[in-house]
Amino acid sequence: MLAVKYLSKQFEGLVAVKELNFDIQEGEILAIIGPNGAGKSTVFNLLTGTLKPTAGKVFIHDEDITGLKPYQIVKKGVARTFQTTSLFDQLRVIDNMLIGCKWRTRLGFWNTLFHTPGWKSQHDQAVQSALETLDFLGLADKALAFIPTLSQEEQKRLAIGVALVSKPKLLLLDEPTGGLIREETERIAQFIKSVREQGTTVCIIEHKMQMIMGMADRILVLNYGQKIAEGSPDDIKSNQAVIEAYLGGEAHA
Amino acid sequence: MITKPIHTKLLYGFILLAALLLPLYAPDPYMFQVIIMSLIFAIAVLAMNLIIGFTGQASLAHAAFFGFGAYGVAIMTKAGISFWLALPAAASISALLGLVIGPPALRTRGSYFAIVTLAFGVIVWIVAGNWVQVTGGHNGIFGIPRPTPIPIPFLGEIEFFEQTAQYYLVLAFLLLTLFIMHRLVYSVFGLTFMAIRNNEPLADAVGINTFTTKLIAFVTANFFAGLAGGLYVAIIGAVSPSVASHMLTFNFLIFLILGGMATLTGPVVGAFAIPILMEWLQELGHFRMLFFGVLLIVTIIYFPRGLVGGIRQLNQKIADWRQTKS
Amino acid sequence: MELFLQQVFNGIMFGSTYAIVALGLTLVMGILHIPNFAHGHLYMLGGYITYFFITSLGLGYWPSLLLSIIVLGILGVIMEAIVYRPLHDQPHINAFIAAVGALLVLEAMAEVIWGPQGLRIPNPYPHTFQFLGIIMSVQRLLVIIGAVVLIVLLHLFLKKTLTGTTIEAVAQNREGAMLNGINVNRVSALTFFISSGTAAVAASFISPIFVISPAMGAIIGMKAFIIVILGGMGSIPGAIIGGYFLGLIESLGGGYVSAAYKDVIAFGALIVIFSFKPTGLFGKKEG
Repeated sequence: MLAVKYLSKQFEGLVAVKELNFDIQEGEILAIIGPNGAGKSTVFNLLTGTLKPTAGKVFIHDEDITGLKPYQIVKKGVARTFQTTSLFDQLRVIDNMLIGCKWRTRLGFWNTLFHTPGWKSQHDQAVQSALETLDFLGLADKALAFIPTLSQEEQKRLAIGVALVSKPKLLLLDEPTGGLIREETERIAQFIKSVREQGTTVCIIEHKMQMIMGMADRILVLNYGQKIAEGSPDDIKSNQAVIEAYLGGEAHA
Repeated sequence: MITKPIHTKLLYGFILLAALLLPLYAPDPYMFQVIIMSLIFAIAVLAMNLIIGFTGQASLAHAAFFGFGAYGVAIMTKAGISFWLALPAAASISALLGLVIGPPALRTRGSYFAIVTLAFGVIVWIVAGNWVQVTGGHNGIFGIPRPTPIPIPFLGEIEFFEQTAQYYLVLAFLLLTLFIMHRLVYSVFGLTFMAIRNNEPLADAVGINTFTTKLIAFVTANFFAGLAGGLYVAIIGAVSPSVASHMLTFNFLIFLILGGMATLTGPVVGAFAIPILMEWLQELGHFRMLFFGVLLIVTIIYFPRGLVGGIRQLNQKIADWRQTKS
Repeated sequence: MELFLQQVFNGIMFGSTYAIVALGLTLVMGILHIPNFAHGHLYMLGGYITYFFITSLGLGYWPSLLLSIIVLGILGVIMEAIVYRPLHDQPHINAFIAAVGALLVLEAMAEVIWGPQGLRIPNPYPHTFQFLGIIMSVQRLLVIIGAVVLIVLLHLFLKKTLTGTTIEAVAQNREGAMLNGINVNRVSALTFFISSGTAAVAASFISPIFVISPAMGAIIGMKAFIIVILGGMGSIPGAIIGGYFLGLIESLGGGYVSAAYKDVIAFGALIVIFSFKPTGLFGKKEG
């Protein structure tokens, strides 16, 4: 469903991503792994329009989306989360969800100002889908809570929920379990699997090997902005280049 | 999405009743004038609140747009156009000019946006003081007619020479502004303003066209700033470049910050209470601004949500305390 | 030709003032990322303090100038500590609002003490003479030469002394400087001292020629802001070149186009440039 062709990004001479080719299949969980600084988050930023690539193209269902703005790419059905938990932390849980599904509604300026026919049903629909997603997240009873009162795991969950509420076809998750302890990580992993079962394709950046091996259908390994391996978890485990990259990475760190 | 508790509704009802009955107390004409002005300022500050308080973009051109409305109504009504046509026209011109300056200005962020809008405000102020043929230069325009009387079948007409009629006119526009602001802000659409203030990259990432949303907030704010300016000249009967000066913007800012940003009550409380406080402090002379300057600094450091936000916080603390006790 | 030369001369003189004021502001903005919007008001107060020492205490021009630098420097340090430091972690807009509060305080202070009307510092060097058909006075030359001397001194301080290089290090990379064990709060205070002190010098040089009034701080403050933003935040050459450039443009525009709209030039240029480059001419990302 998503195809990346010869994607490159340079920052003032520094190559962050180099001639990257890969695609994401409908319904799979694709994991992108690699040592720190391998360019994983940069890839996400390039896919979602936060950064403009120096060269190369990104396609969704054969439609060229390179150079579109982030809010336009969302409308193509690609939603994302950020590496550091990013929420509207001055607002309530339900408000976060409503903002997440706003673009699918026709709740714009004039409709809101004049309460045009259809405004009410649109509004109720938005609240409905926000509540449904909260239910799916297991946060239904927290709808009116303010963000700082949530636990870290709940915040991570909600951040995924804000991306999920507009029913994207493809969900990009940037280290969704960073900073969480083992049980929490397992719960989030379980949750991500259920997201996929609902029919959403998932692409995930992760550091926690064990979790990734148990979850991903395919794994893509990046090092210094280049693809060094791609394949099933078992292939990756025994891949010599991957092992070297990781050991090398450890040694430097 | 949750309804307000019953005692809050009662409080607002009581305030509305008091506002409607206020002329019966027959305040002295001077104080009455101050109150009428406060209500006009409340409209302007509510508008400023939309762009600064809710959307988080420090537009410091606010008095310039107030000035567009003021000069617009002054010039049009002097040319014989009915006030009832001139007022919406002037407010629309103000909004339209916002639509012109908005796109370049909104490409900048943070304090850059503040300085660009301030620069625009200063240009408007200088032009108002020097374009003598149109604005009357530094002397301004005098003898602006009062709002055109409204004919009522069989009963005669409502005229606006009396303070009481002027008061109700201004109050009606304030209530209209409050109604519209309430509708816009407390809605899914209104949440997008706050989303931009709170976390613009995330707003962008969840499909909000942040540029257009900011532009809508800016233009709407400028429409109501122009409306307030138009009402102002029709009541005062004269206009001078000071209505477009950055000092007036700073005054609005004081009302907004002290009253409380990002609430609908805050701007009204600020615009109502501060001018009256300023009148009381009249004999302090220039010490007044010293006082308000210090107050502004202290508020933004220690109570960034102003008076209304502070009270809400206190209420919340009391509620929490009760909950833990029971 | 004589009109042209006269306008150029006046432009360089105004430019000297702008350059010094912008220089002080760019140091503060580069280091603290704080929009010290009250900088023009510090300049204004600098003029008044010098006036005070000369006319109320009867001191000479140069001792008054020196005392004015010290008083303003201390005032700047106090302002940094009580107004800006508590807001360091807050959204940018809050610091901007606090700056508006600070400028209201400074302007009201000047009005309370000296009244709203304009005052003039007695001119220490009123002697005028003609050169190439241009009318000059010794004081006007002092503005120009004094600015050059000040800029050179400041340059030597920033480049050749340890304290100076610390300031530049913080201006260029605050986090890096902190990691290297530099006491950023001390550097902030020192920078505010220099910034306010130089503003006092600029005001004291030019105030014997033009009247000072409490309201003059706002316009020059905004112009300094514009110069700094266009020249690049924290860039010293940007502030100097921008200052002289604006002085010349204004003087020529005022002489040949319209004196009344002279002030519009700077503000208009800002809006036009920002329409094309939202991060400024030498756009470093805003902090």
